Amino acid sequence: MTYLVKPNILRPDTPRNTLGYTRRDYEGAISTLCAGCGHDSISAAVVQACFDLDIEPHRVAKLSGIGCSSKTPDYFLGASHGFNTTHGRMPSVLTGAALANRDLIYMGISGDGDSASIGIGQFAHAMRRGVNMTYIVENNGVYGLTKGQFSATADKGSKSKRGVVNSDTPIDLVALALQLGASYVARSFSGDKEQLIPLIKGALRHRGPAFIDVVSPCVTFNNHAGSTKSYDYVREHNDAVNRLDVILPRDQINASYEPGSLRRIVQHDGSILHLRKLATDYDPSERVGAMNHLQERHALGEIVTGLLYVDSAAEDMHRNLNTVERPLNQLGDAYLCPGSKALHALNASLR
Amino acid sequence: MKSTNIGAHEYFHKVVDCQWACPAHTPVPEYIRLISAGHYSEAYMINWRSNVFPGILGRVCDRPCEPACRRGRVDKEPVAICRLKRVCADLKDEVQDLLPRAPEKKNGKRIACIGAGPASLTVARDLAVLGYHVTVFDNGSSPGGMMRSQIPKFRLPDEVIDEECGYIIDLGVETRYNQWVTSLREVLAEDWDAVFVGTGAPRGRDADVPGRQEAAAHIHIGIEWLANVAFGHTEKISKRVIVLGGGNTAMDCCRSARRMGGDDVKVVVRSGFDEMKASPWEKEEAIHEGIPILNMLVPKEFVHENGKLTGVFFEKVRAEYDAKGRRSLVPTGEPNVLMECDEVLVAIGQENSFPWIEKDIGLEFNKWGLPVLDQKTLQSTLPKVFFGGDSAFGPKNIITAAAHGHEAAISIDLFCRGRNLQDRPPPMVNLVSQKMGIHEWSYDNQISEEERKKVPVKSLEKTLKDIKLELELGFDPFMACAEAERCLNCDIETVFTVKTCIECDACVDICPTECITFTSNGEEDDLRGRLKAPAPDKSQDLYVSDVLKTGRVMVKDENICLHCGMCAERCPTGAWDMQKFFLQMAEAGTEAPRT
Repeated sequence: MTYLVKPNILRPDTPRNTLGYTRRDYEGAISTLCAGCGHDSISAAVVQACFDLDIEPHRVAKLSGIGCSSKTPDYFLGASHGFNTTHGRMPSVLTGAALANRDLIYMGISGDGDSASIGIGQFAHAMRRGVNMTYIVENNGVYGLTKGQFSATADKGSKSKRGVVNSDTPIDLVALALQLGASYVARSFSGDKEQLIPLIKGALRHRGPAFIDVVSPCVTFNNHAGSTKSYDYVREHNDAVNRLDVILPRDQINASYEPGSLRRIVQHDGSILHLRKLATDYDPSERVGAMNHLQERHALGEIVTGLLYVDSAAEDMHRNLNTVERPLNQLGDAYLCPGSKALHALNASLR
Repeated sequence: MKSTNIGAHEYFHKVVDCQWACPAHTPVPEYIRLISAGHYSEAYMINWRSNVFPGILGRVCDRPCEPACRRGRVDKEPVAICRLKRVCADLKDEVQDLLPRAPEKKNGKRIACIGAGPASLTVARDLAVLGYHVTVFDNGSSPGGMMRSQIPKFRLPDEVIDEECGYIIDLGVETRYNQWVTSLREVLAEDWDAVFVGTGAPRGRDADVPGRQEAAAHIHIGIEWLANVAFGHTEKISKRVIVLGGGNTAMDCCRSARRMGGDDVKVVVRSGFDEMKASPWEKEEAIHEGIPILNMLVPKEFVHENGKLTGVFFEKVRAEYDAKGRRSLVPTGEPNVLMECDEVLVAIGQENSFPWIEKDIGLEFNKWGLPVLDQKTLQSTLPKVFFGGDSAFGPKNIITAAAHGHEAAISIDLFCRGRNLQDRPPPMVNLVSQKMGIHEWSYDNQISEEERKKVPVKSLEKTLKDIKLELELGFDPFMACAEAERCLNCDIETVFTVKTCIECDACVDICPTECITFTSNGEEDDLRGRLKAPAPDKSQDLYVSDVLKTGRVMVKDENICLHCGMCAERCPTGAWDMQKFFLQMAEAGTEAPRT
């Protein structure tokens, strides 16, 4: 926690993106989370991703529920639209907003309590409806605001800070998202921004429901021996399937890769996902394979991270509902109301 | 890269750019913090210990600290360090009781200091408090040397010189004023245990061009003319004056001439404006007083009518650089320019001059006419004779003279005690955590975003009429506090402990200038390019930690750190701590610790 506001002094060679903004322009208020909270790293990753993608802050809507994680939208993109909903209700409010104005970039920020407990139904339906959004769960395995009880994502057999062993089976939100129809599914770790930032960038440029589960250690209640969501445990058991680079259409591709080591996936907007394979021969376009891999590795105690599944030809809710291209909130009365003549004609046709 | 050895005091000392740049290594941030807290007397004493003449230097120091100031690199302008020094001299209480006293019982050793300038007086102060009997010789009737004779009173009033030289003389230093030392042999024949020579660079260089002899009555050597003005021998000057030269003496000459009746005063310089030796602020002040500075003009001839000067011919030149970057001034081929004038002041440099040192007494001089000295101990080839100030290595400045004085005093003390002069006492160094609570530090870590404050001045109409009227008013307490708050507290060091770091990235995320990176180690050039904010300035160190649990290292670019302490506030395990680095140079009499 810090009470000081970051000084506005910028070093002379501060980088600016094509919009002329600095990274600092994508920051929000100063965080009031515990010092060392993984969530702050995720906020920093969001800032970096939006800076890199030259996103205009006013084109983003960030929505969240309740909890430590759901406080974080206050700490990034201070010039964007925001909505702090009731507990677990972020997905339905976001769905409504996305229906009304399809032109904005939607970012849903949630936590393991907000999405895997009280809001699990909302989470499930947002995924299966195909809402075009980036859904980030800041997953620390505990209820931090109520002093560290196990959450629904805590691993069976892991220990709380006071030594209690968790006897319940965990919910794996990544497995659920795969099953429920998310078209971009990834897992990452707040302590590995090199992996996390490209995953967020890829999700922001994806059409359809993009889900990222970010393991984010709670330094106050869940960063001890016996926890499976501590900095040390996650680092030791991090089993990354690939490394992602997001290449925008304007970028030059400079890096060279060994033949066979790279997979290129072109998204609907022309952005390219460069996936460098790591140890396993993993195919991220295969939903069933992804689910199997996840289960196998989980049984071995490993935490699978990386871009686990992507469907670059996915459709979203608006396409499924066949809505007009123009955002619904911009359709005027003249367009929505055909007038009494049309009504008479319609009535006459039914007589 | 190898991990940084923060145990070596040079490392953190270098982070305090201002203190590192100061020849006397004054603990600048420490006294600036005291000023912002209103503790002017304590701030004065910190200065007094290090640089001996805070009130004088606070007005006329060459301020090597300010170009070095980190604020100038990360923001726009550096902190007004020099004028803050003046603040503590102006606003202090009576400091007499805080000053050291010379012991009643002397140690029996007698030291002669030739010249009563800043170097000699520093030697006198450092040795008098140890019980030495110090005698200062000067041809003038009061102490101060060139500070009194060459610096115009509108920049440095006599009262300030009297006060600060007085503190030293009052330590029981014997003075022999109005005594021109004509022979070092005679001095050495007397019963001195050591002799310190601080006679400055007393000879002004002349412009040897046609017409110089014939018009001699209207052409003056700058420093001699300034001395005549200072002591009231010269009271006016003609209306049209040309000052030759581009150094600080030239600036003093032109501004003095402006106050002595010169209406049309101009400065003519061989080199370009930016290459001039004068400090930028002194050039600004001259321009502010309506004095044009004309560049790239070389004097060719003094034009006169039967010995009455009527003007100066100048050749127009341009600068050319050879492959090695050396500059030569080449005539442009345009016709020479005649500038009309009634008097000329020649301020094109100063030289050392030792006509009073016999060539056969065993004191060697090098080919530039400077004494052969040990760079560190300032001892000459005659073991009991030491040099300091401008007379040691040629013209520098007052703060360098004070630094020499301290070193020479250490040498003389070691010499008189029969010790090895190369065994120098190390500085006193302290490094202490400033943490007071979860969000509390013993210093104000909020970074001020105020602009540099300009020192208020008296109106030009008034000050141009009276050469003794000090131009600057100095900061008032409110301005002083606002300016002091601009200091980034670079002496509050960021100290990193590998053992407790959990690599959560909190410090990386919060750092306002992105100066912290966790990455794999590499060669310096490679590492500098891979940082979150690349660090091309190799004059500024990287702070590299030992290897962390993940195999990475923490690398911090000291260059752009604001010392705001946010990394330490954000760190969940206290792996970052803000610790105050205090370094005080050794003084004569300090014992080196036994090892």
